[in-house]
Amino acid sequence: MYEIVEKRVLNENVKLMKINAPLIAKKAMPGQFIILRIDDKGERIPLTVADYDREAGLITIIFQEVGLTTIRLGKLEKGDFLLDFVGPLGTPSHLEGYKHACVIGGGLGTAIAYPQAKALHELGCQVDMINGFRNKDLIILEEECKSVADNLYITTDDGSNGTKGFVTDILKEQIQHKTYDLVIAIGPLIMMKFVSKLTKEHNIKTIVSMNPVMVDGTGMCGGCRVTVDGKTKFACVDGPDFDGHLVDFDEAMMRQKMYKKEENHKCNLEKY
Amino acid sequence: MPNMKATKNDMPEQNPEIRNKNFSEVALGYTKELALDEALRCLQCKHKPCVSGCPVNVDIPAFISEIINDDIIKAYEIIKGTNSLPAICGRVCPQESQCEMLCVRGIKHEPVAIGRLERYVADYALSRYEKKPSSIIRKERKVAIVGGGPAGLTCAGDLAGLGYDVTIFEAFHEAGGVLVYGIPEFRLPKQLVKKEISTLIDLGVDIKTNMVIGRILDIKELLNDFDAVFIGTGAGLPKFMNIDGENYNGVYSSNEFLTRINLMKAYQFPLVDTPVKVGKNVAVVGGGNVAMDAARSAKRLGAENVYIIYRRSEKELPAREEEVHHAKQEGIIFNMLLNPTKILGDSEGNVAGIECIRMELGEPDSSGRRSPVPIIGSEYTIDVDTVIMAIGQTPNPLIKNTTKELETQKWGGIIVNEATMATSIEGVYAGGDIVTGAATVILAMGAGKKAAKAIDLYIQSK
Repeated sequence: MYEIVEKRVLNENVKLMKINAPLIAKKAMPGQFIILRIDDKGERIPLTVADYDREAGLITIIFQEVGLTTIRLGKLEKGDFLLDFVGPLGTPSHLEGYKHACVIGGGLGTAIAYPQAKALHELGCQVDMINGFRNKDLIILEEECKSVADNLYITTDDGSNGTKGFVTDILKEQIQHKTYDLVIAIGPLIMMKFVSKLTKEHNIKTIVSMNPVMVDGTGMCGGCRVTVDGKTKFACVDGPDFDGHLVDFDEAMMRQKMYKKEENHKCNLEKY
Repeated sequence: MPNMKATKNDMPEQNPEIRNKNFSEVALGYTKELALDEALRCLQCKHKPCVSGCPVNVDIPAFISEIINDDIIKAYEIIKGTNSLPAICGRVCPQESQCEMLCVRGIKHEPVAIGRLERYVADYALSRYEKKPSSIIRKERKVAIVGGGPAGLTCAGDLAGLGYDVTIFEAFHEAGGVLVYGIPEFRLPKQLVKKEISTLIDLGVDIKTNMVIGRILDIKELLNDFDAVFIGTGAGLPKFMNIDGENYNGVYSSNEFLTRINLMKAYQFPLVDTPVKVGKNVAVVGGGNVAMDAARSAKRLGAENVYIIYRRSEKELPAREEEVHHAKQEGIIFNMLLNPTKILGDSEGNVAGIECIRMELGEPDSSGRRSPVPIIGSEYTIDVDTVIMAIGQTPNPLIKNTTKELETQKWGGIIVNEATMATSIEGVYAGGDIVTGAATVILAMGAGKKAAKAIDLYIQSK
């Protein structure tokens, strides 16, 4: 059993939890993820490690309540326990050797972009961050991102905070007068697709983080298949980081719809 | 006087038309009368040919003789002496190519139904099982077992029996490996697997779940805390055909399909949270036991037409005859000498059909089986909305990739000394599918047993 030792509400449907998992906290690296199961009827779902505290033995997860399990998870409180918590899974991000990076987070993706920005910052890389949200009420981790980014740009779709528009608008601007040697884009597939398209035109190395449907997270089920450079890869073991210029985003978007209906199954949501 | 009836006593079974709509066990087990009648068919041969056909050398005539004496608990103890998981083996072992193949009764007629008798004894004993105070003298030495499948469980059971302090590290939330994620409830009830594993816990085996070795801890770190390590991580990586359309929604690996159903109990959705989607027409590609399990599961989940697509002829099907027979009874359609060339999709990316080419058998290949050759121009499309790839598994590379000194085969299997199961690293042993590639439960158990013996000798010599 794994105790929830802290819970914070970041916006109306995004929550942060710190989970007591000392062995995982000892080994976790940016870019890796965990799989959790709430109870013995629960699904296994993957969530990216948003932060870790090796001394206190804690793993931070940040999740948006989008489907059955995340809605159930959001109802748990500090002091409650998760039945299963497995990790750290996936291949850690390779962040060494960059001089000037632009880290882009879209919505909840900000929660995964933040540890990457932090790691780059700690490695002495200059970091710009662009975080995009639908509106000002959905902005998360602003203070945290400020503390690791040399420049933080916020965009909202409706212009209620920061620049009105998309993250790609800011990126396009910044590329004109800055020389990034790395772009990291984490967020909705459609955002990662368009960031990758733009950076490809400018020939800037781009890493994206894929978060497909998974069961085991150890390479066993093959549900997380992603086509990269024409070859099938398993996001859970070969990723979740991939070269954004090589990912088949259209296929990934199609595959993401596989269980949409079941995730929002009426009797399922009404059970809890 | 032995019972000289030429044929085995039939196994009572659920009616095929009823069972293909439920997940309860197909075979219902012998009654006391049937078991006794079958036990009397055993000739009690002095030279016991059957025993040498068993990878864990169960003393078969001895346990059968206790059935005749009506001392079923004693029969169970005889089996347990060499086999940690008899209720499982009685169900999933391919007895027809092992013990029963060598049975003297089988020369002229049908062999003694050894598997069914083993199951009878184990079920009887497990239903009355109570933890007994252990008389084992505990040793201070510790052994780590990586992977809680058949190989690991057997190795753990044997070492715990010898008094070692044994810890199993299991990646999933439940131990059992293929017994819990792969083989369906209707062939191997999970309650029973749990019970059989609990007998090992009672022996002192500690099972740590949610531990993906190679990530949370590596083999080197285990060697700091344990005197020896056994790797039994199995063959868990699914194979795909690399044909067009394989990433459409509705294409599963058999691993994903079966794990959702068995380990995650998706057949009970929405009572449990994990869903599994099965369409109206399902193609299962492959001809092994896993293909049969996937096809029969799809039928039970409501698919109208389930096709097995296999590139050789029925004679070459690698699945057990019994499984093929059961599948046919349940209405699975066998399309032999056929090979998929492409999966078709609709505009939303869902499977809309599978294009296949007819095959004919040519010259025998390296496996001795006649190799299938495509008949040019014979392609046609079968109307399906779900495709399950059951064409085999390869070893998971996690341990290989994180243990540089470990010598492995090109295909990823761990190289061992076949007599001791010792790997290229001192104190590290391996066995089961991770060494042989995908094989059977009982062969993995045999390897776990062999390794346990070698680990005992190794630790004593240190």
